[in-house]
Amino acid sequence: MKNDVLLEVDDLKKHFKVNQGWIASLMQSVSGGEPEYVHAVDGVSFNLHAGETLGLAGESGCGKTTTGMSLVKLHEPTAGDIVYNDKELSKATDAELKEFRQNAQMIFQDPFESLNPRMTVYDIVAEPLRIHDIRNETARVQRALEFAELLPAEQYFDQYPHELSGGQRQRIAIARALVLDPDFIVADEPVSMLDVSLRAGVLSLLDRMTDEFGLSVVYISHDLSLLRHMCDRLAIMYMGKIVEKGPTDQIIENPQHPYTQALINAVPVPDPDVGRERVELQGEVGDVIDIPTGCRFKARCPEYIGDVCDKVVPPLEQKVNAEQDIACHIYESAEGYDPYEQLADERQERNVDASDTSDDTESVSADD
Amino acid sequence: MSLLEVNDLEVYYETEDGPAQAVDGVSFELEEGENLGIVGESGCGKTTLAKAIIGILPDAGYINDGSIGFKGDDLTELSGPERRRLKWEEISMIAQSAMNSLDPVYTIREQIVEAVETHRPGTGRIESDQMVTEMFELVGLDPDRADDYPHQFSGGMRQRAMIAMALVLEPSLMLADEPTTALDVIMQDQILKRINSIQEEINSSMLVITHDVSVVAETCDRVLVMYAGKVAEEGPVEEIFNQPYHPYTIGLKRAFPNIRMTDQDLLSISGYPPELVDPPQGCRFAERCPMATERCREEEPEAHYVNGLRSYCHYTDDIDTELRPYADDARTWNQTAAAQNMGGD
Repeated sequence: MKNDVLLEVDDLKKHFKVNQGWIASLMQSVSGGEPEYVHAVDGVSFNLHAGETLGLAGESGCGKTTTGMSLVKLHEPTAGDIVYNDKELSKATDAELKEFRQNAQMIFQDPFESLNPRMTVYDIVAEPLRIHDIRNETARVQRALEFAELLPAEQYFDQYPHELSGGQRQRIAIARALVLDPDFIVADEPVSMLDVSLRAGVLSLLDRMTDEFGLSVVYISHDLSLLRHMCDRLAIMYMGKIVEKGPTDQIIENPQHPYTQALINAVPVPDPDVGRERVELQGEVGDVIDIPTGCRFKARCPEYIGDVCDKVVPPLEQKVNAEQDIACHIYESAEGYDPYEQLADERQERNVDASDTSDDTESVSADD
Repeated sequence: MSLLEVNDLEVYYETEDGPAQAVDGVSFELEEGENLGIVGESGCGKTTLAKAIIGILPDAGYINDGSIGFKGDDLTELSGPERRRLKWEEISMIAQSAMNSLDPVYTIREQIVEAVETHRPGTGRIESDQMVTEMFELVGLDPDRADDYPHQFSGGMRQRAMIAMALVLEPSLMLADEPTTALDVIMQDQILKRINSIQEEINSSMLVITHDVSVVAETCDRVLVMYAGKVAEEGPVEEIFNQPYHPYTIGLKRAFPNIRMTDQDLLSISGYPPELVDPPQGCRFAERCPMATERCREEEPEAHYVNGLRSYCHYTDDIDTELRPYADDARTWNQTAAAQNMGGD
């Protein structure tokens, strides 16, 4: 592996408490029941290298945006950690966190919502500089706007977001993200709100960002055609977990996880001469509150192989003869991991715990 | 005779500054059993066109001129009740947002049965229930869920329920306005597949309105490209994708990344579509076209017919002889884009 790891995400989890309303939560505190959680991100690990572009892909609700927001500390992780420059963020001091925030920026999906309508373009771009007490404000703002191809920059200084088009607004958001000279940027669906004819312009700007500044970028998108165009590596997420991760071309051309295969097969091709093999997937994405045991994809999986899928959570690991990491039991582990061993262990444990478990079920039903 | 014949249709919206010419002189035909894709950017008039055809224009909108021929009738001249009879029975619509198109206080079954009973008076309850069951099976929904309310369905299920409703009376024309844009890609794929197979079964025609050219490439026989209220180009899907003639089509096609291709040079079309209240007099795309000349800015282009395509560009004949390599090069467009950004808007 390369040794220039910028960011190391280690078993990151982010759970949100389900809002049940105050009567229900009062009842719950009286009865002592367990609150329910949405397992938005449930054990995600990856490395982001310097100068690399990584794509996080998946359907809505798979946890890609929550992962992205956790990366820039907009969410406090429930468990797991992010290591930045060999420093664990959970143990970082305030000063170190401030330095991290200066280096971690985010570009949001909707430029109509993400820019403060009461601030001028100049103030929007200058605000991060003021927060971090950085001098040379005007020159930096000007340079950022020029990089974002908003020329001449001075002309935009006194304008308000509502005077600008969607494409121009997204360029302002990019200028604001770049003005602090960060190490990495999380871009969440950066062009999905823009009209097709304008997308390529913003994309080429983002491309230049990585080329000219050596920035690392995490792209979050549901659009695999776009990610293929933009990213070095891809991570495919399903129900809060990464199911497959590896070089973009490898994943798109030779997907291995049954979910990735279905996902990539479903992408329409803008060429009437290309026929596409269609795999029909049963059912819909499962419940992220009451997480199923074992593999989360098992109920829809066309390759389901029985008990091991039912009971053992497949780890994301290297497989024999595969260039990408895959979280699926149908491939043989290259790391010597045997899911069947764990299945046997679990069966034994279950037999021992049998009496306890039956007690639990009774007490739960009594509460209802 | 074609199933649908739209002739020089003009649909305007009343605004404070005068009428906005949302659809301005659009003509096309749709044969029985044929699928036509209407593509273009937001504001090009594609949804207005669909609304005018089915007769649900908002209050500010009106048909200024032109005709919509449907099975021998001119829809623009029909009375309210006559049009209502056609709606759902002959022409149905699958809207972009099924959440807003289904009534939240009625079960799905009640809504489908209502459509059946309104248009086919005398249909017994048993028979209409049977139709609901059949339609649910056809779109891949569990018939036992027919008595659920819309909010109990997921987004994908609602969209399927909407399709079931649009198909239950076996209309000869379906208007699908961004039918899958709100859905995830796997669900989109399944729903498009279902629509296509049902269509074949009942031999209906479809207008697919979308900004997503890949959806059109996979579901349609012909494509109509709209720009700023006008037709830019129209023709068979293979020709439009393989060898388009209108510069806007060439640009639009190259602005989309293709999952099957590596290292594509995506192209961006500089500038923005013109105002529709006081549109420019020449070609409406001239301002953004890297190949535009003085003539384009002054004189509105006529239809040129080439290779089965209808292209509204003065230089249609020159595309093959000299302009194509230039138009096909992303740099041509991106340079224009950069130059325009420099100048500011």
